[in-house]
Amino acid sequence: MSYQGLIAETVAFRGHNGDTGEAYYARPMGSGPFPGVVLIHHMPGWDEWICEATRKLAHHGFATLAPHLYFREGPGSPDDVGARVRAAGGVADDQVVGDARGAAAFLRAQPHANGKVGVIGFCSGGRHAFLVACRAPEFDALVDCWGGNVVVDDPKLLNAKRPVAPIDLADGIRCPILGLFGNDDENPNRDQVNRTEAVLKKLGKTYEFHRYDNAGHAFFNTSRTAYRAEQAADGWAKTFAFFHKHLG
Amino acid sequence: MCSYIVEKAKVTGSAKGARGWMRIDTAHVYYDHPYHAPLDHALAIDFTCEADGGRERVAVELSRESALALMQAITAALASGEAAHRAPADAERPLLVASEEVARLF
Repeated sequence: MSYQGLIAETVAFRGHNGDTGEAYYARPMGSGPFPGVVLIHHMPGWDEWICEATRKLAHHGFATLAPHLYFREGPGSPDDVGARVRAAGGVADDQVVGDARGAAAFLRAQPHANGKVGVIGFCSGGRHAFLVACRAPEFDALVDCWGGNVVVDDPKLLNAKRPVAPIDLADGIRCPILGLFGNDDENPNRDQVNRTEAVLKKLGKTYEFHRYDNAGHAFFNTSRTAYRAEQAADGWAKTFAFFHKHLG
Repeated sequence: MCSYIVEKAKVTGSAKGARGWMRIDTAHVYYDHPYHAPLDHALAIDFTCEADGGRERVAVELSRESALALMQAITAALASGEAAHRAPADAERPLLVASEEVARLF
């Protein structure tokens, strides 16, 4: 079922350390109740495509909140803010997990919420979503869209902001997992996706991974040359079905 | 791929952006997915002034081939510019020749 009527706005939410930040919130109109989804943006930032993806989830029946993970950088266009964060080495994993948990609390507090909240992330957001599911048991479903560096082969990539490879925390995941990957992606590459799946299988997690031929990184993103219409349509359909199955 | 890998160079100079000229002291250089250029990957250069807080930048996104061509153009411009602005001892000679030519006329 899709909801043509929806409300989309920027709201305030309480994130890590109680910091008040901004988030893009889109939900179907109507009394619901509706399941919630926390959408974790990609590394370029809280940009137009992330807002589109948030609205798309709302169109398909999910009250979706996309927190701006870079709000502490101050005002500016998404690309300028994203560039500053990149130059500073990104944001800390603890902070992202805290912001995601704050976003989930926001969704559960809404009058139209059904009490279930999933998390979805794209690119570095996919890695963040995986990490959030590892560390925050209150999430009811995880969708990892091509999250790179879940498996870390070069120890030099670990630092104070990202001290642990998320795969090493996978035993903490308590919810079902959907992973979507392009077979032409370099990060994560096919071997890394296979190794991630092997760990989840060994740990007895509930998961399904889908790998797409002729698709690389960010193949959902309509504003990139990487966009692959057929693969993206299938990936979105699997995302909606997965979330409806586990969130309502 | 998306990464946080950024090469940083100290620079001295100025850059002109949307708000006019600004002094710059740093160039952030990285090869990753671009924000605007219709490329899968781009060589991005952000010129900024960290001494002034680093909040403003002048940004470019180039294809890999363009970046390599730009490097060659920079090297060529420096060489030709230096040749055109040679030391004073060489610059005097054309003036002396001109003086002799003028004298012959009279």
